[in-house]
Amino acid sequence: MNDWFHKWRKIKSTFISALCLLCALVVIAPLALVLFTLVKNGASSLDWNFFTQLPSPPGESGGGMANAIVGSLVLIGLAGLVGVPIGVLGGIYLSEFGSPRMNGSVRFAADILNGTPSIVWGIVVYALVVVPMKGYSAYAAGLALGFMMVPIVIRTTEEMMALVPNSYREAAFALGIPHWRIVLNIVLKTAGKGIITGILLAAARVAGETAPLLFTASGNNFFNHNLAQPIEALPMQIFTYALSPYDDWHRQAWAGSLVLIVFALSLNIGVRWVTGGRAPHLTK
Amino acid sequence: MSLTAVSGKSRLPAGIGLAPPSKTGDKLFRFVTWAMALMVLLLLLLVALTLCRGSAQSLSKFGFDYFVHTNWDPVNGDYGALPFIYGTLVSSFLGLLIALPLSLGTAIYLTELAPGWIRQPAISMIEMLAAIPSVVFGVWGMYVLVPWLQNGPYTLLSDFLGFLPTFSGPISGRCMLSAAIVIAIMILPIITSIAREVFRAVPLSQREAAYALGATRWEVTRLAVLTFSIRGIFGAAMLGLGRALGETMAVTMVIGNADVISKTFFSPGNTLASKMANEYAETPAGLHLSALFELALMLLLVTVATNIVARVMIGAMGGSKIGRA
Repeated sequence: MNDWFHKWRKIKSTFISALCLLCALVVIAPLALVLFTLVKNGASSLDWNFFTQLPSPPGESGGGMANAIVGSLVLIGLAGLVGVPIGVLGGIYLSEFGSPRMNGSVRFAADILNGTPSIVWGIVVYALVVVPMKGYSAYAAGLALGFMMVPIVIRTTEEMMALVPNSYREAAFALGIPHWRIVLNIVLKTAGKGIITGILLAAARVAGETAPLLFTASGNNFFNHNLAQPIEALPMQIFTYALSPYDDWHRQAWAGSLVLIVFALSLNIGVRWVTGGRAPHLTK
Repeated sequence: MSLTAVSGKSRLPAGIGLAPPSKTGDKLFRFVTWAMALMVLLLLLLVALTLCRGSAQSLSKFGFDYFVHTNWDPVNGDYGALPFIYGTLVSSFLGLLIALPLSLGTAIYLTELAPGWIRQPAISMIEMLAAIPSVVFGVWGMYVLVPWLQNGPYTLLSDFLGFLPTFSGPISGRCMLSAAIVIAIMILPIITSIAREVFRAVPLSQREAAYALGATRWEVTRLAVLTFSIRGIFGAAMLGLGRALGETMAVTMVIGNADVISKTFFSPGNTLASKMANEYAETPAGLHLSALFELALMLLLVTVATNIVARVMIGAMGGSKIGRA
């Protein structure tokens, strides 16, 4: 009887272990499935035209998403102009000067902002910029994406700078170097690789955002030559095309998704590879 | 550069004192970084204030009715958010219900069971899943997942569980259940990764003690690991819920976008976020826009609340980690 009970416990343990393995497989399956369908449906529509041509009207073959790709790059640049200075300098404060109370509240605010839905950012910037400027613009979209970068960049900067050994700072102090030079030339430089990684991951994340752009960038079928005008972005173009009733556009949406995901994943894998897995984790 | 400058000066003859380095640079630098850190706090305030101001008109006109009325009627200027509140809650909790067991199983596998060479690649793959943009999940959900679900699993569910009100009625491919499944896929990585960290924070001695009592592997996991990390698991679930509530693009593309409240999960619906995404093109200033702002305000409040609870719970886990040392 005792023997039977022992066996039952062992069977139960093995069964649940197998169940856990199954869970892991189910969790990873969507990644494989998404990548597989994207390559299957998207690769055939990816050609030179896709990267160099403007969108063509439905029914006409050819045409591409050149304007959206350029637009996305412009928006990432604008977002970086907003998010990187605030994030890096704020992170420096937290790591080098901050008081426990200030740090606690800033970290808390950053975590809350990080959890704020992206569509909320869109509508906030709509009220702050689009309504006063009386029109959608690349500036508004860049600002929304930049705000979204801030919490990520500030937390990684702080974490990476905290990893720099204190002896570096003490050695520099002993040489009589002003504090701000120590921070910029020694601490920031030592932590530089990790911080850049964080910035790139933040950029990869906002590059895939669509919701905040709906209320700010609004889309544009041509190249944007004036940042005060509406601009197209790759994720938004994918959204519009996927919801359209045209097969041609669906194919382009698949191709666009493939480009977007290759961009996001290669940036992710790339920075992790360069930093040897010490990169900050965005899933936090 | 500054290093050579300083050491160069130190070779000056004795008696010529060095002027102390100026403090202006330090003060200025400190002020600039302080201002930027403060910016994060101001940003949070800015978001809250903007949404409050934007929704003032709707708040004063409809008051509490806004939360219990079911019609969203721009023509007659009558707005009620109940269908979206209902849709958000149902799709998010359903998504969490699907994602939580899968995530916990995966986290247990990764921390307790997996051999070393599987661990890192599996973790990387889960992080890659987190890096897939929402709109890509939307496209995939719309054209691959939903048709498959509609033809296979949904028909089965309807056949065998059709007596339940939640699985009754005609099957629409783009429906609440599809949204819940897409949400589940999207929150799997975050719950898994937090749960994994929480499990890893469990002291080895806890596991060893359980093993020493003759527990099997599962008993060790249940008694030592799961019991120890119950708060952290709750925190991870809340964090996942926070993401689920605000998920926009993918949900918009698979939920069917109908302003209805229906008992069955096979019916199309709308969430707070998807409703906002649907109305982006048609928002004249005035009451309509104000009502839209109130949706955003509500969404902000619930995500902030879930995030705070999650942080407190996970923070409590971190506290126990420190207390151990």
